[in-house]
Amino acid sequence: MPANRTGPTGSSPAAGALAAVAILGFAGGLLVSSFAGFRDFLPELLRGAATTVQVAAGGSLVAVVAALLATTARLYAPLPLRWLAVAYVELFRGTSALVQLFWLFFVLPMLGISLSPMTAGIAALGLNIGAYGSEVMRGAIEAVPRGQWEAASALNLGRFRTLRRIVLPQAFVAMIPPWGNLFIELLKATSLVSLITLSDLAFKAQQLNQTTLRTVEIFGIVLLIYLALSLLVTLAMRALERRAGRRLLRGKEAR
Amino acid sequence: MNAHWDWNYVHEILPILGEAALITLQATLLGFALALVIGLVLAVCRMAANPLVRHAAAAVVEFIRSTPLLIQIFFLYYGLPEFGLALDAMLAGLIAIGLHYGAYCAEVYRAGIDNVPRGQWEAAAALNLPPQATFRRIILPQAIPPIVPALGNYLVALFKETPLLSAIGVLELMQTAKILGSESFQYTEPITLVGLYFLVFSLLASALIRLLERRLGVRAAPRS
Amino acid sequence: MNESPASSSETPMVRFERVSKRYGALTVLDQLDLDVASGEKVAIIGPSGSGKTTVLRVLMALERIDDGVIHIDGEPLTHMPQGDGLVPADARHLRKMRSHIGMVFQHFNLFPHMSAVQNCMEAPMSVLGLGKEEAHTRAAELLTMVGLADKLDHHPAQLSGGQQQRVAIARALAMRPRVMLFDEVTSALDPELCGEVLNVIRELGSAHQLTMLMVTHQMGFAREFADRVCFFDAGRIAEQGSPEELFGNPQHERTQQFLRAVMEAI
Ligand SMILES: Nc1ncnc2c1ncn2[C@@H]1O[C@H](COP(=O)(O)OP(=O)(O)O)[C@@H](O)[C@H]1O
Ligand SMILES: [Mg+2]
Repeated sequence: MPANRTGPTGSSPAAGALAAVAILGFAGGLLVSSFAGFRDFLPELLRGAATTVQVAAGGSLVAVVAALLATTARLYAPLPLRWLAVAYVELFRGTSALVQLFWLFFVLPMLGISLSPMTAGIAALGLNIGAYGSEVMRGAIEAVPRGQWEAASALNLGRFRTLRRIVLPQAFVAMIPPWGNLFIELLKATSLVSLITLSDLAFKAQQLNQTTLRTVEIFGIVLLIYLALSLLVTLAMRALERRAGRRLLRGKEAR
Repeated sequence: MNAHWDWNYVHEILPILGEAALITLQATLLGFALALVIGLVLAVCRMAANPLVRHAAAAVVEFIRSTPLLIQIFFLYYGLPEFGLALDAMLAGLIAIGLHYGAYCAEVYRAGIDNVPRGQWEAAAALNLPPQATFRRIILPQAIPPIVPALGNYLVALFKETPLLSAIGVLELMQTAKILGSESFQYTEPITLVGLYFLVFSLLASALIRLLERRLGVRAAPRS
Repeated sequence: MNESPASSSETPMVRFERVSKRYGALTVLDQLDLDVASGEKVAIIGPSGSGKTTVLRVLMALERIDDGVIHIDGEPLTHMPQGDGLVPADARHLRKMRSHIGMVFQHFNLFPHMSAVQNCMEAPMSVLGLGKEEAHTRAAELLTMVGLADKLDHHPAQLSGGQQQRVAIARALAMRPRVMLFDEVTSALDPELCGEVLNVIRELGSAHQLTMLMVTHQMGFAREFADRVCFFDAGRIAEQGSPEELFGNPQHERTQQFLRAVMEAI
């Protein structure tokens, strides 16, 4: 997983690049759709895309839950649990997503646990992104200025109350852009499930490529579909950020 | 786990995996070298005076980063022959990786250059330094050290994505492990060993990067 | 030198008894003794790094002390009675004692995601168990008192530094503390905004029986407002006395040096 990506939801590329990508995508779409036979394989690809979205959605859910649990454990649980959480994060960040996927799919059955390709895909990718997500959460919580904890302490707010009412609302807003990037990483990583026989978009592309040999058109369309899905995630996360940010109204002096 | 773990088999496959590990390392280093160069080109284009070039470069970077590396690998490997350019799997894969991570590196370079205070440009201008010299002698030396750790993080990320090359049959670690597994119907050892290999190297690399950060007195953006 | 001007028959509101605080090898408070009478206003001055902030922080129980005891109104803060002796206080005891004290920080530390009035309501509701209405009334009263009646629903980012600091004062007062601590509350402000914050503190001093400890670099304000000025140096009170004594006729060389340096800076 690429680290510290300033990504489409990050600050840098901004609206200009987004618009440029949209134009590029649109032009590419026109170009590709002008090829004959386009109608023949589009429905098949869209069916693959549906599977892709399913894996991405399931994986996102697993990722958020895993990240939440791991972060809570790392920051607030007793020692053995904390170690477990650290081990999880380091293990999943330290090895490849594909290795994790293959491990769940090929090795687990040898230990008597057989997962369907869909389950293995969602679990592997979700756990992988969840490990990165835990780092994001921890970073966002630790980035809340110490003065906030101290002010809460001086007001006699309890630890849990401080976390819930003071720290988390602030950390949440800071977490949205990096999570947007992680969701896009997850979306991109769903293509790996094609390698464990799940017929997602990437799988369908491979299949159609072998039967029709229309390589450029097929992979062109597939790239555009992925692009469109990524843009969708970006826009959704931006909207969420705006909504959450309005409540927070972070100003330069508000520390 | 002992019932499933066969040390004899491990001894048997270790040399084979060792050779494949060299291929993985090779792919990592070559791919990253390519990414550094492509990234620099893209970054320079993104800061070009011509708005058309600038926007095109931005679009390309966003496009590459918004789509899966796996599909990009397929596209180059299966698609380029249609343009009369048949590449062997390793080369096609390296180019795809170089392009993909080049797009990420471009952003890192750009951030590094953006982070050099405006005052530095102005001070150089006040000394009447020509723009070329300003960039090379004043800006770059300040821009590069802070981004070294960030680039290092991408090197590790790239390393962990080299198993994707197995999808087009490059005999790197993952592909080798899969073949070994399918031959013997024992997947546990090869795949676990591959996982361990990645774990050890990433942890080592991360430790190195942290050391580097301390040395340079900078912090990479938190690894996400 | 360390006796308080308050009559010794009365229990002091705050009492430091041979309090030491160390960070590793660095001794920040060195066997500090300090009594503050009920209602007394004490200004703390001294060079940077002399431990002024630390005095307030250990009193607010934001830091633990390594030696000695701090009492609030005769009750130990840092310790609690057990059997015949004292043992280090647990979290519950600390929370109970903290309720007597309020603190205003140099950098305000307002909660950025809450409006001014919400900043002042949060703790009264969740700690004191006030109802929403009651908390709102109290918060609005205090914000009115600090001159922010028209800013109740503004978020910190929409307020000037001086306004933010006044919200912070109201927020601390909403807990009805008996002792208020001010740590350089104007030093993060532009000079023209200091006055409005100092005015609020002035009013507070004249209208309430509050005990106040304030760390300040505003010698003029300390002179006019404080009953007593303590000059800190290297974790001890090097000299203390009435503002007239301390500013008019400082005895110690360190005090003279410091005051000279401060005057030159103006
Ligand atoms: N958390 C800490 N860790 C280590 N040293 C500290 C810490 N807080 C304060 N100090 C040191 O304690 C000394 C006194 O600090 P402080 O009370 O803030 O001084 P001041 O009089 O300027 O308010 C300083 O030398 C400071 O560097
Ligand atoms: Mg201080």
